[in-house]
Amino acid sequence: MHSASKPLHDLGVAELAASLRAGQVSAVEAAQHFLGRARSHESLGAFLAIDEEVTMNQARAADARLAAGTAGPLEGVPLAHKDIFVTKDLPSTAGSRMLEGYRSPFDATVVRKLADAGVVTLGKLNCDEFAMGSSNENSAYQPACNPWDLARVPGGSSGGSAVAVAARLAPAATGTDTGGSIRQPASFCGITGIKPTYGRASRYGMIAFASSLDQAGPMARSAEDCALLLSNLCGPDPDRDSTSLDLPTEDFARSLNDSIDGLRIGIPKEFFGEGLSADVRTAVEGVLGEFEKMGARLVPISLPRTELSIPVYYIIAPAEASSNLSRFDGVKFGHRAKAFADLVDMYKKTRAEGFGDEVKRRIMIGTYVLSHGYYDAYYLQAQRIRRMIADDFQQAFKSCDLIAGPVAPTVAWKLGGHGNDPLADYLADIFTLPASLAGLPGMSVPAGFGDGAMPVGLQLIGNYFTESRLLNAAHRLQQATDFHSRKPEGV
Amino acid sequence: MSTPATPSLKSLLVRGYEVVIGFETHAQLSTQSKIFSRAPTAFGAEPNTQACAVDLALPGTLPVMNRGAVERAIEFGLAVGSHIAPRSIFARKNYFYPDLPKGYQISQFEIPVVQGGAVEFFLGDEKKSVRLVRAHLEEDAGKSLHEDFVGQSGIDLNRAGTPLLEIVTEPDMRSSAEAVAYAKELHKIVTWIGICDGNMQEGSFRCDANVSVRKPGAPLGTRREIKNLNSFKFMQQAIDYEIRWQIEEIEDGRPIQQATVLFDPDTGETRAMRTKEDAADYRYFPDPDLPPLVIAPGWVERVRSEMAELPRVMAQRFVSTYALPEYDATTLTQSKAMAAYFEATAQASGQPKLASNWIMGEVSRRLNAGETGIEQSKVSSAQLAGLIVRIADGTISNAAGRQVFEALWNAEGQEADGIIEARGLKQMNNAGELERIIDEVVAANPDNVAQFRAGKDKAFNALVGQIMKASKGKANPQQVNDLLRQKIG
Repeated sequence: MHSASKPLHDLGVAELAASLRAGQVSAVEAAQHFLGRARSHESLGAFLAIDEEVTMNQARAADARLAAGTAGPLEGVPLAHKDIFVTKDLPSTAGSRMLEGYRSPFDATVVRKLADAGVVTLGKLNCDEFAMGSSNENSAYQPACNPWDLARVPGGSSGGSAVAVAARLAPAATGTDTGGSIRQPASFCGITGIKPTYGRASRYGMIAFASSLDQAGPMARSAEDCALLLSNLCGPDPDRDSTSLDLPTEDFARSLNDSIDGLRIGIPKEFFGEGLSADVRTAVEGVLGEFEKMGARLVPISLPRTELSIPVYYIIAPAEASSNLSRFDGVKFGHRAKAFADLVDMYKKTRAEGFGDEVKRRIMIGTYVLSHGYYDAYYLQAQRIRRMIADDFQQAFKSCDLIAGPVAPTVAWKLGGHGNDPLADYLADIFTLPASLAGLPGMSVPAGFGDGAMPVGLQLIGNYFTESRLLNAAHRLQQATDFHSRKPEGV
Repeated sequence: MSTPATPSLKSLLVRGYEVVIGFETHAQLSTQSKIFSRAPTAFGAEPNTQACAVDLALPGTLPVMNRGAVERAIEFGLAVGSHIAPRSIFARKNYFYPDLPKGYQISQFEIPVVQGGAVEFFLGDEKKSVRLVRAHLEEDAGKSLHEDFVGQSGIDLNRAGTPLLEIVTEPDMRSSAEAVAYAKELHKIVTWIGICDGNMQEGSFRCDANVSVRKPGAPLGTRREIKNLNSFKFMQQAIDYEIRWQIEEIEDGRPIQQATVLFDPDTGETRAMRTKEDAADYRYFPDPDLPPLVIAPGWVERVRSEMAELPRVMAQRFVSTYALPEYDATTLTQSKAMAAYFEATAQASGQPKLASNWIMGEVSRRLNAGETGIEQSKVSSAQLAGLIVRIADGTISNAAGRQVFEALWNAEGQEADGIIEARGLKQMNNAGELERIIDEVVAANPDNVAQFRAGKDKAFNALVGQIMKASKGKANPQQVNDLLRQKIG
């Protein structure tokens, strides 16, 4: 039935939704097509779980609604979820041995909202264990490969999501971002991803890493697709998540085509210092030039505590994680050690076996910084600086409408490239952490290519609730450039 | 050694030591659903049938505050004159235990919702006031069932997430009797305002007592905390045992170690569960899943306007409206039912003080003997009022009144008048008949008459006694006095 000039997997979410509505393609056809691609690209390591029967049942139901005229805005569009979101019909592991085979009795709110909008779930996507990592190498199951260079990491923690979208195994995916986990893999894999303002998307059903930072968002190929998805996954959830904001749902695509003439783009000098590699700088400066061509004005600004965001983040996030992960104790669900001497031994063995190295490292750091006698010096001090970092942004937004800079200091590194040096991973988060700590919306937009012909991402950071402005700027850039529609060789 | 009327510090010393007691009470709040989930809180259900995904701490679940629990905390704060914090913080208390599903308890640590306040009560006829430090909201844990499984423990999470208000006092109490009186008063307040069912057997009202002793004027001694005192009787026994034990330890030269202890009702002794050395580091920190609890002044005012009259306010009203002594007013406001019974009796009879005397006397004696509450009184307020009216208008004497009450209690009659009639208990108001009896008694006892006229008052009393006897108790003693004096004076 599908007869468009492009293959199905090159259609974006908006195009696919239109084709489905127009009856040019059925939800079953679309689902079969993407499931077939997922099968033939298994070696990329994008998926942790696929259940064709579940997917096809959803696709048939979508077709029925399309036929009955009761279709949702995304009816029949295939999408895959990061395995941090719990799902009723598919296993939910958080990329951890601790939850191998775990089945949730309920769907995450984000999963439910997207299902209500009509999406068909292709499966669950690989990620760093409990979303802790920036290379996807901390997945307990398998690493994922960057489709642009199979020897490189896709970024993380939403690595599987970025791989699936970049390799056209899914038109879009959900991700979660705690310190850059949507933006950085989007940047490494040449796709578009947005983390909304903290509290926009319900955290109910997102397996918690760091509660005050975790936020869901879409990963797709274009800003337009991200806007469409974001409109359907955000919204208040007062009965399930006390931190979800009481704001009406928004059409984030409403100002996509607005002019950006006169837009003031803040350029933080701290994002363009010594740590930034030359290839990334060149690419980012290139697209900043595109913005100028469209009438935007570049305004030098300062975010003086950018460097401090690393120690602040690596105190607060592990502190919250050490407590959030206490529930994995072998008593109620998930892994339990086979043999143990007593209760304490059961706890020790269960957690020693169930958690990977990075998770254990963060639990230990978090436990330490919350300990009696250290709390004030570490946790409280970190919270104080966190507020200052947020204040720095407010100061900056007095002279600009949004902030732009690189997502990461380098392009994707080689698998195993950081060896056993977790600090190298932590330092690479420097440009994404500030917006996370401040709870601001941030996104990654393809900005060209750097060393090894690897994608480079431009980061856009907006003030609270200005997602539509970010998406507007990103969309205008994508009208002027074609980086977002390039695809890796062999895809 | 004489005992002073008001117990002084000196009289409270035990073997020369001053006793210092502070309380922590966990009152289970009477909400339908749990503090952070929508699972029901009803007691006694099959294990794990009242625990939802949130209570089980399933991955992805989050807490959402139950407004009903907050309102109950506000009500309590208003009842004891506390400051209601406009902004309070939920914190996580982290520790591993199988009946604690999340691996942390959500509680309030640095900024509780209820701050300060005091609980006032009578100890004997002395008015006491125990200051409150705070009252904070928290969730209960589940239960470990060690008995039902061989070599294993069962976990019942029905209770997990049940809302609790932990009420903490200053170390203001100086005896076990005062401690028990405080606990009873607190129990009265929470049940009166209806925020807790007060059922101690089911664990709805659990007290921990922090007990220490010191020489008068010395700094506070090291305390030991007696956990889970679930009856007022055991509370007193446990504290008394603990005081004796601590004094003996000190006297024997062994310093007290800070510890948590349990009271064993079978042995009447307390024994240590854990000492300070193995105290856990709970790593409290603000719960990032819950924003600060913000209580706007309007919310407090709405709760205040919807609250029932508080016991101490009602007691003051009883003093001003019914001219009752403060002691009576406090006693009659021990429970809502008692106060309602008094008000109905006082209003129906028009005799508030007599109503108070009868309720605190005859009625309470029988209720105490039967260990029942005023709700089970076999004499209704209307019946009692009918009886009181007849005493007040002189129809019957107090003595006859007790007979009528006895008959009403035993359901030997429906109302006072019928019983008075049937049993001929009316006082003799017929002067003619009384004069006839007096004349007969005077005539039959010339010796007494002579002695009285010789100045012996005792002889007069003997004659009165004879007259009362002859009237079978129905004569009005004052009238007898007057008439007799006229006749032989």
